[in-house]
Amino acid sequence: MKNHVWRPLFVVLGVAALILAARMFYVPKDFGVHDQGYMYGFHRLGNEQDWKDQKPEYRFEPEYCSGCHPDKAEELSTSPHAIIPCEDCHGPAKGHPEDPPKLPIDRSREQCMRCHAYLPYAQSGRSNIRGIDPAEHNPGTECVICHDPHHSNAVETPHPQPPLP
Amino acid sequence: MGFDVMDRREFIRSTAIFIAGASVPAAALEVMSAKELFAARPDIHWVFLVDTTKCVGCGFCVKACKLENGIPYDANVTRTWVERYVLTKDGKVRADTPKGARDGFITKQIDENAEGMKDIKDEDIDKAFFVPKLCNQCDNPPCVQVCPVGATYKTADGVVLVDRTWCIGCGYCIMGCPYGVRFFHPVEHVADKCTFCYHRITKGRKTACVEACPFGARDIGNIKDPNDPVAKVIMTQRVGVLKDEYGTKPQAFYIGLSKEVR
Ligand code: HEC
Ligand code: HEC
Ligand code: HEC
Ligand code: HEC
Repeated sequence: MKNHVWRPLFVVLGVAALILAARMFYVPKDFGVHDQGYMYGFHRLGNEQDWKDQKPEYRFEPEYCSGCHPDKAEELSTSPHAIIPCEDCHGPAKGHPEDPPKLPIDRSREQCMRCHAYLPYAQSGRSNIRGIDPAEHNPGTECVICHDPHHSNAVETPHPQPPLP
Repeated sequence: MGFDVMDRREFIRSTAIFIAGASVPAAALEVMSAKELFAARPDIHWVFLVDTTKCVGCGFCVKACKLENGIPYDANVTRTWVERYVLTKDGKVRADTPKGARDGFITKQIDENAEGMKDIKDEDIDKAFFVPKLCNQCDNPPCVQVCPVGATYKTADGVVLVDRTWCIGCGYCIMGCPYGVRFFHPVEHVADKCTFCYHRITKGRKTACVEACPFGARDIGNIKDPNDPVAKVIMTQRVGVLKDEYGTKPQAFYIGLSKEVR
């Protein structure tokens, strides 16, 4: 067979070799088939560690908060709100009190309405929580003016109560 | 010229051998035992348990997930969300999840998308409840099968993850997931999904959504540990999974799952 018939083959082989060489540099060493087999385990192993190294934002350690805010923790512990982690209402603590020095205080009605806006859903847990109709129950006024969310009896509140309409 | 002695038959034969050899990827030549291939980790496999009867729809789980995992708070994407189902006496099923329930459900009005907000009279309701959703970490994950570059995979302990440095953003996995749990991360520009808070569970903590839930509607556990409370419930009680018929073997189990839930 003539030489010119083979020439394109050499070009193809050269390109293939180049791609394989480039792949050797580009694809990390730990890339390959791992624990879950060919179908589901084909990946870069180091990525598992990348995900493990993600920094948590939430602490969700009640003892942590009570160390510095014993009054709040004490109050809350006897309230029906004791089941709610502090950070649900105050946001992720991360490195508080260094970073951030203060946690936000959300006094919005919407925060309380997450659980207390009345919904007639008998088959859900919502039916176990006393609900109010936000349009009827002192509209326009922050709930915390009248109800202290940490207090053991949030209806009877230590806040000065404005006259009810 | 040596070529002159090679006849056509021999040429075809050797070419066929060459092509067959060249098409075997290097990885396939590694010797692997069957145990290595299928066993993964015999001691640990993460599973999720949702009790729909306990959920109140406060959405603190969604808020916690977004803040814990740096999912843009105001973007319309989320790794976990809560759906509200309202079944009326006329047989209609309505479901919505405003902002994924990031701010909970604070009104009776149901979002009907194009048809606007729908008021439903209390007395018309036959049944109504909330269903928290998240990645099912399927044992047969279709999203992993369709990835053309090996950017998404299943870990030995049963969690499906995405390699952000490797994902090319083609979106096949987002289309491939029957549960719609994957989305395009608006900041990272890669496919994103629930990781079962891999950074927390591998350090003995629970996921952010589990710890945020005041009502115990969510829990995570190890199905390989017979003393694990979640494993016990899954083994002994009536639990359901979503879209069982797809054969994806979902690893998120539901207590009180209604047949209307899709
Ligand atoms: C090491 C001590 C310490 C710990 C632990 C701690 N805090 Fe604080 N916290 C502080 C200090 C100091 C301030 C600032 C008080 C100020 O400036 O009035 C503060 C402020 C706050 C504020 C804002 C108060 C205001 O008046 O604006 C909130 C809310 C709060 N903390 C909640 C929490 C929660 C929830 C936790 C648990 C996750 C927690 N803290 C843990 C020391 C602590
Ligand atoms: C149900 C939501 C909720 C929970 C749970 C909650 N808080 Fe609060 N917290 C609030 C609200 C709302 C305010 C603002 C109260 C006000 O203005 O009267 C507040 C105020 C505070 C303040 C500062 C204001 C003050 O009165 O001194 C601190 C400190 C605080 N909370 C700490 C905590 C800690 C610690 C926990 C957990 C033990 C906790 N909170 C749990 C909603 C909550
Ligand atoms: C995560 C859900 C949740 C949130 C958010 C929440 N609550 Fe509650 N609240 C409850 C539960 C559960 C109870 C106990 C069941 C009941 O009494 O209805 C309760 C009880 C109450 C009560 C009656 C308590 C009593 O002592 O009789 C009041 C008042 C109240 N909450 C006010 C508030 C206010 C104000 C806020 C906002 C700062 C708030 N709640 C936020 C879940 C919540
Ligand atoms: C102006 C003061 C005031 C404001 C503002 C206010 N409440 Fe009340 N709330 C009361 C009083 C007084 C009661 C007890 C009498 C009653 O049941 O109406 C009460 C009762 C409740 C109860 C118990 C209802 C029951 O059936 O026992 C809940 C829950 C409640 N409030 C939640 C809220 C929430 C949530 C908000 C904000 C969206 C809010 N309240 C705003 C004064 C207030």
